[in-house]
Amino acid sequence: MELASVKIVLGKYLEGETTVAEEAQLREYFSGDQVAPELEAYRPLFAYFSEARDERFTGQVPLKTRRFDYRWLSVAAVGVLMFGLYFGNRYREQREAEFAYNETRKALGMIAQNLDRGTEKVAYIAEFDEAKQKIYKN
Amino acid sequence: MTQNEFMQIVNPFKDKLYRLAKRLLISSEEAEDATQEILMKLWAGKKKMERYANVEAFAMTMTKNFCLDRLKSKQSGNLKLVHSNYTDGQTSLQKQVEVKDSLDWVGKIVEGLPEQQRLILQLRDVESYEFEEIEKMLDMKPTAVRVALSRARKAVREQLLEKHRYGIG
Repeated sequence: MELASVKIVLGKYLEGETTVAEEAQLREYFSGDQVAPELEAYRPLFAYFSEARDERFTGQVPLKTRRFDYRWLSVAAVGVLMFGLYFGNRYREQREAEFAYNETRKALGMIAQNLDRGTEKVAYIAEFDEAKQKIYKN
Repeated sequence: MTQNEFMQIVNPFKDKLYRLAKRLLISSEEAEDATQEILMKLWAGKKKMERYANVEAFAMTMTKNFCLDRLKSKQSGNLKLVHSNYTDGQTSLQKQVEVKDSLDWVGKIVEGLPEQQRLILQLRDVESYEFEEIEKMLDMKPTAVRVALSRARKAVREQLLEKHRYGIG
């Protein structure tokens, strides 16, 4: 670039009126070794911009993928456990109740049987009573 | 979206996010943290991301907001970093001739600019974004962008010329 035009573009540059392309021209001019002595002071400015754009991000990018969340597993496990306990308990209670019912029936049945046998024997008492009446009458 | 697809979208501009964060936060470590945070946020909201026409501009805006928030909370927490603009006289006098040192000097000048100007200078002169893109990213009027950019450039030039006049380099 001609010195005259460099100065014009530089003026525009300071007013914020240059295009991206013109700014690239300025950077190129000031990176060369044909820089006019009176413009030497600008050299580090454009060198700084060129250097600044070479800086790289070297950090890691720690991306979390949506892996299976094990916390939810424990929630589900507790759910299943509660469910099991509740219905298991109900089932067990029902079994116990049936067992108790059957035992009671059996016991009552035995009582009834023995009672029958008892009343058979009581029939003799009636006989005895009859006999006693006969004796009293006579 | 798989991790690979995500990285393919993000890779072209993740350095830009980092550089923007560094320009605002100054410290490399903080800028790295900020960049990671932004990438993680993008990943977490990747469903939303697919709706954006320009993911890069969106990510740049996110980074800007994130860093400005950081700076704000740092100020309110009295944890503001003090950037020493002075250089150690003895050693720097010897080194001033070196190009590296003059670049550092420009860096220091840029660090001293107001956040807004630093932001715009970064987006335009380092990343070469078009004005329309910068306007969208920063939600600013075209003239406001140009004015801030011009101020930033002139401010850097002033200090640079001063340095050039009195310095050895």
